[in-house]
Amino acid sequence: MFRVLTFLLAICCAAGPLSVAPVAAATPADYAQDLAAAATQRATLEQIRDLADPAFRDLLQALKEGALYSWPEGLLIFTDDGVFVDLAGTPLLDDAGEAVFPEEGLEQVPLEEENIPLVQRALDVIDLFAAAPNVRRSTALRLGNMQDVSLIAVLQKATETEQDAAVRTVLVEAVNKLHLFSPDAEARRQAVAYFGDTRSEAALSRLRDMRQDETDAGVRSAVVAAIQTIENFLLVRNSVGYIFNGVSLSSILLIMSLGLAITFGLMGIINMAHGEMLMIGSYTAYVLQELFADYLPGYLDYYFILALPLSIVTAGCVGLLMERGILRFLYGRPLESLLITWGIGMVLQQGARLYFGDQTSVSPPTWFRGGWEVMPGLIFPYSRLFIIALSMLSLVMVYLLLYRSNVGLRIRSVTQNRDMAACVGIATHKVDALTFALGTALAGLAGCALSLIGTVDPEVGKTYIVDSFMVVVLGGVGKLFGTVLASGGVGMSNKLLEPLIGGTAAAVYAKVSILVLVIIFLQLRPTGLFPAKERTAAGTLR
Amino acid sequence: MTNLHTAGRTRTHKWQVAKRTACAFGLSLALLVGLMSGAAVAQDPIKVGVLHSLSGTMAISEGPLKEVILMAIDEINQNGGVLGRPVEPIVEDPASNWDLFAEKAKKLLTQDEVATVFGCWTSVSRKSVLPVFEQYNGLLFYPVQYEGEECSKNVIYTGATINQQASPAVDYLMSPEGGSKKRFYLIGTDYVYPRTTNKILRLYLTKAKGVAEDGIAEEYTPFHHQDYQTIVGKIKSFCAGGDGAVINTINGDSNVPFFKELANQGITADTCPVISFSFAEVELQTLDVKPLAGHLASWNYYMSLKSPQNFRWVKAYKAWCEKRGIPDKQCVTDDPMMHAYIHVKLWAKAVEAAGSTDVEAVLKALEGLTISSPVGDYKVDEKNHHTWKPVYIGKIREDGQFDVVWKTKEWVRPLPWSELTYPGRACDWSGDGLGTYDMVNGDRVWLSSQQ
Repeated sequence: MFRVLTFLLAICCAAGPLSVAPVAAATPADYAQDLAAAATQRATLEQIRDLADPAFRDLLQALKEGALYSWPEGLLIFTDDGVFVDLAGTPLLDDAGEAVFPEEGLEQVPLEEENIPLVQRALDVIDLFAAAPNVRRSTALRLGNMQDVSLIAVLQKATETEQDAAVRTVLVEAVNKLHLFSPDAEARRQAVAYFGDTRSEAALSRLRDMRQDETDAGVRSAVVAAIQTIENFLLVRNSVGYIFNGVSLSSILLIMSLGLAITFGLMGIINMAHGEMLMIGSYTAYVLQELFADYLPGYLDYYFILALPLSIVTAGCVGLLMERGILRFLYGRPLESLLITWGIGMVLQQGARLYFGDQTSVSPPTWFRGGWEVMPGLIFPYSRLFIIALSMLSLVMVYLLLYRSNVGLRIRSVTQNRDMAACVGIATHKVDALTFALGTALAGLAGCALSLIGTVDPEVGKTYIVDSFMVVVLGGVGKLFGTVLASGGVGMSNKLLEPLIGGTAAAVYAKVSILVLVIIFLQLRPTGLFPAKERTAAGTLR
Repeated sequence: MTNLHTAGRTRTHKWQVAKRTACAFGLSLALLVGLMSGAAVAQDPIKVGVLHSLSGTMAISEGPLKEVILMAIDEINQNGGVLGRPVEPIVEDPASNWDLFAEKAKKLLTQDEVATVFGCWTSVSRKSVLPVFEQYNGLLFYPVQYEGEECSKNVIYTGATINQQASPAVDYLMSPEGGSKKRFYLIGTDYVYPRTTNKILRLYLTKAKGVAEDGIAEEYTPFHHQDYQTIVGKIKSFCAGGDGAVINTINGDSNVPFFKELANQGITADTCPVISFSFAEVELQTLDVKPLAGHLASWNYYMSLKSPQNFRWVKAYKAWCEKRGIPDKQCVTDDPMMHAYIHVKLWAKAVEAAGSTDVEAVLKALEGLTISSPVGDYKVDEKNHHTWKPVYIGKIREDGQFDVVWKTKEWVRPLPWSELTYPGRACDWSGDGLGTYDMVNGDRVWLSSQQ
């Protein structure tokens, strides 16, 4: 009895898998040989594509990357870790656990060039249902641009099961984009209406093509209406965009030149190392970032909060050293101080090159990535919004310090009339040192903030210094308000001129026209927008 | 001083001759005893020059080239050297200064009398040493992708020509798996390489690929440009239809603000891929890669290529880094490094084949020479001193490595002169060839004879 039972059981076990195998999930191994042979590759790939089974992903990926090898005992995949694994995922190791590279009979499985799109499509169909939302999203975006109506079915299937709202929106847009190519006029009309309603420029070029070749009159009028709506919207959107660009550039110019407005504007020192003071701020952010990455990787994002005050301190200290060490001996000798500060700038530049090398960059904290989507397709990057806010804040602080505090009163009195200030008992040398340090500290802060959107490299100072001097001179030396107005004017007109000029080098020509305008303006008004009426430091010291 | 120097050299020369004679007499003895104890060590070394910047702006890119060259020389010496003689590298640092490149090249050729030089990166440094190599009939191996339109007798160019890097990139972007792109935004820094590349690309796109003139936008920014706000806004509109791509030839530091701005304005590789020709693994190690991830590059080699040959090479280089104390983070391999390594192996194989280090003989032996490399077999062209190689399109990963998304099935043939800008112009140094020629009515008219 027992023997019979075991016999029956054995039959069941043997027959079970046999009878199920062709129906149940096919394994990659079943397709291996046909996939490796050039003659059957295409047909096999079509079968795999229709299966849409994630189990095939590794096999397809390896075939596409040329990491699939055939050898007498079956197919092997060469992995990222430098090990051969068979299709079941077992690595090929020797007794010591070291990877074995079979020397004999190993041959790369060739992927026929005409089959590459097929492999890609099979991978895409699998990825459309991947676990990671960003993979699903990017696959949907890509498939939506394929202009292949046969994809609508699989995308619609994905839309039904999609849980993530953002990915769903992308899927719906992709389906509608493909419907624009549909042979069914009603489907096209609905898709056109969708793009008109969402005012999305995603299909604008296709719609413009349709305006030319659309045969159905109803669809055609819908296309014309949709294009009109979208273009009207784009006009508004772009104008808002240009104005934001102008505001953003103005704030950058303002934060760059605030420090110079103090050292050059108030004190009359031509500080050619101003750009390098910004560089010091940027490198402070960089060094902190590296330290956090090494010692506090879990809190990497917070480095920037510490970097802001620290950059003020570092640049301020360097400024203090410069003033106490060298510049104080050169008051009233603008040419010498110009040369000396230029030299200091070069020393700092080359020092940074020696120590940090040439290519370093600051990675903004994650909360500065991306931006605020004001209207569809128009994003105000958080980093730029932050710089606008920071420059406003710095301006207010500098104003309060200079015009609403005791320290400010001393600073102003020393820069206006040094001898008189000394007579009433102000320690002018102390005030000089502090004022200069304040100017460089502001530059350090600017450098730290600008590292969010720009580079950190030894020559970065050169790109800042010209703009800073231009703004301060245009505003009228010695006038804070002039600096604000000049940076606003230069920034806005630069950003509004750029799209007007167009052509292959708009950025260059916009900058050139700004410089020309500034030169003409200074010819007419050599003292800038707001000429200082009082006797300045430069005047009294000479 | 000069006399002393010459005297010293003559003595060495005599010593050499004596040694060689001794060797010839003692050949059988050497065969018996010498192989294991390393007959090479007893021989005078063959000097070779290494001319890569180890300081200044280019050090970050060129430094690793010196390392792989030294590694290749070390491997050759471990295996008994070349022609039974050890190879001795003479490393010079031209300090990213192109005047110094010419001076150092002259020093290597005349003072050290090196058999060959491995060196240069930027086109300006190559142009600056070119007359030196031609005057003294030296031999230079040049490892970097460049704009073409050059074919010197004294240079072996292993980096990609435009048809081995830029045109396949366009082919990929226009293929269904690349997104069937039809509109291209060419953006670059305002100098000769981007302007030349884009001139050829524009012709290629319009003449060979049928792209409409208004489907191409071209834009240049000055060196060290920082403000890409407006341009990125334009690119965003340009790409909104999903059929646009950006071809980027921006130089160096300006790429950082450019890619940051792209990421901030929400432009991703899915809708608007940016393909670049100047980032390889080494440069990516020093940049903030996150905004670049997903975008594309076109090269002939990637560190992540999945082949046993490449894996062995990368492993060997990692071991070399450890020996030389190079931090693991910086120990990556890339396309120019692969070429620099292959240079040494090519030269050694050619010298063995020629039986001497004489430049003419080595150049003859190099014609059509194949060698196994981390990307499989690798071949020098029979005629034009450039090399045949596969082209890979790679997608930048967050760790600064690449995923290969597309590759050419066959080697791509090197064309130093583009058919589009110079129809009928080619280069031939084999046999009686005199270098670059134009086909005029079916006859070759040599450019060298016209001057």
